[in-house]
Amino acid sequence: MLEFFRWVAALVIVVTSIALLLGRDWRWSLGILAAQYLAVFFLFLSNWPLTMAAAKLVTGWMAAAILGMTLTNQPAELPDQSSRVFKLFLAAVVAGAAIQMLLLINSWMSEAGSPLLLASLMLIGQGLLQLGMTTNPFRVTLGLLTTLLGFDLLSSPLDNSILVAALLTAVSLGLALTGSYLLSLRLKTETE
Amino acid sequence: MSAPLIWIALPIGLAIFLFLLPGERLVAWFGGFFAAGLAVLALFAPTDTALRPFGLFSLRIDSSLSLLGRQISLPPSTQIVLVLVYAIGAFWFFGTLAIGNARRLIPAGLATLALLTASLAIRPFLYAALLIQGAVLLAVLMLAEPNRPAGRGLMRFLIYQTLAMPFILLAGFLLSGVEAGPRDLAVILQAAILLALGFSFLLSIFPLSTWLPMLAEEANPYLVGFILSTFPTFALLFALNFVDRYSWIRESTEFFQVLQTVGLLTAVSGGVWAAFQRHAGRVFGYAAVTEIGLALVAVSLPEKMIGLQIIFFLLVPRALAYGVWALSLSVLQQGAPSLRYNDLRGLARHYPLATLGLFLSILSLSGVPLFASFPVRQALWEQLARHGFLPALWMGLASLGLWIAALRSLAVLNLAAENTPWALQETMQQRALILLGLLSLLAVGIFPQWITPLLTNLSGMFEQIGR
Repeated sequence: MLEFFRWVAALVIVVTSIALLLGRDWRWSLGILAAQYLAVFFLFLSNWPLTMAAAKLVTGWMAAAILGMTLTNQPAELPDQSSRVFKLFLAAVVAGAAIQMLLLINSWMSEAGSPLLLASLMLIGQGLLQLGMTTNPFRVTLGLLTTLLGFDLLSSPLDNSILVAALLTAVSLGLALTGSYLLSLRLKTETE
Repeated sequence: MSAPLIWIALPIGLAIFLFLLPGERLVAWFGGFFAAGLAVLALFAPTDTALRPFGLFSLRIDSSLSLLGRQISLPPSTQIVLVLVYAIGAFWFFGTLAIGNARRLIPAGLATLALLTASLAIRPFLYAALLIQGAVLLAVLMLAEPNRPAGRGLMRFLIYQTLAMPFILLAGFLLSGVEAGPRDLAVILQAAILLALGFSFLLSIFPLSTWLPMLAEEANPYLVGFILSTFPTFALLFALNFVDRYSWIRESTEFFQVLQTVGLLTAVSGGVWAAFQRHAGRVFGYAAVTEIGLALVAVSLPEKMIGLQIIFFLLVPRALAYGVWALSLSVLQQGAPSLRYNDLRGLARHYPLATLGLFLSILSLSGVPLFASFPVRQALWEQLARHGFLPALWMGLASLGLWIAALRSLAVLNLAAENTPWALQETMQQRALILLGLLSLLAVGIFPQWITPLLTNLSGMFEQIGR
């Protein structure tokens, strides 16, 4: 039964990571980011105690809130450089590569389980794709948070140190704050 | 009193205070003297050593501090790094007295130095990746222009430096079970791939060095100079920790061959591209790429102790040259709309010392005799030539590129219309600092033995490499 929920969480992450790449409305994007952290929370639970996994969830939601506060009163649609069809095509290619990698990494880290590995590889892949396609601070922050979350998830069976978790939490919040500052600079210039 | 409190917590506390302090000059004086004080303290009060200042009282600075179950330790072997880091910090902070930007540079810069120092002190050293990431975030806030959207260079800096952290952490977690030896070759291979990717991002190895010239083109040259003189150095020290720690890296001849090739490729790419630039800031960025490449070449030398000495010996001439170069660029920027060569034409008539500073600092970095980098570049070149003609030729090509860039910069700055009168526009402070920097470049070049006492304790810092 628990394995079933892990697969559900992994599939939610597949959908959210692609949706984050395609989304143009910042409100939807932040909602999807929050949902992504919720799904990752369930996967963290298989290796980490509830308190540490919950800390990850709260961190993610706080990061989303920080970005959201910066974008309040902004139009819903953010400028985008690439077409959605092109992005969807690339996302499908990355998803294919992630599934291929899953077969390889499963033999290296069999104790992690396929749902966790699929979710983390999707997060890393789609996050990197996001980073490769834009210099917009909002999208770069989403891409970095997604990629880091993927690596975080991948390393959760290997390490459960409190200090590392605390420092990674600080890095995620720092990224959100930095992204928010860079975003505010762009918005300020556009307004002027 | 413990060393981490003095050299890590105290600077962070002061950085917060300076952030709140109004007044550019006050911040510059405070920050400069504080950093210089920490350097002097590190020089005269090594950790874990009982001292009796003036025979009045006994003083002993403990090297370790425990935080959340982890050790943060600055043993006596790290003394050289503490001295160099805070002396270089003071050098950059005092420079803001002449060109401004103290409130942008010093609070974030001091906190950055403290975090980078913490990255050397934390045990297990793997966690350093997280602290370096913290410093990167501070650097981004420092580099972002308050009234301009972040450029592509800054975004790439953020992305590339951030991506380094998870790769290195994951590799470290994988390796935690195989620290004693190569029990599991498959795990080592995976970890090696991850480490290679992580350090390629962190050290900005070719072709991941694109952010350097881009950032140097769009951001304030003085702030960029500070970043370029601190981040690659700490990234390299972090990488050396890995080499020192894992015998399978240390004993792999293939690893050092690959490192030498990659280092030379990075150095040549920086040097050759620097020669063809039409923007003085971008030349600065490409020179930094060359320096990173040469540091990697030094790590790859078969005589490990000589390589280590070259790496540390390079720090001072590099910091001096970067300082004079960044200061000169900042002064020239005050008289031109941008640092494009088209906009800099003929500025030597108004900024002769800044022109001289720019020209001579590039020459110094390219290893021209009598200047600071010459003795150490000569030593590196000699070591490379002992193991083959081709690597030495590549290194020569990298230096030649910088040399051409120096000549082109000088030519452009002197392209004034006929009968343009000389009208000095540099302030007294700018002239004094540039002259002082140039004299230091010459002094270190002529008397390199002045730096050698700093290099005596290197084997204590990297015990395995130093054997």
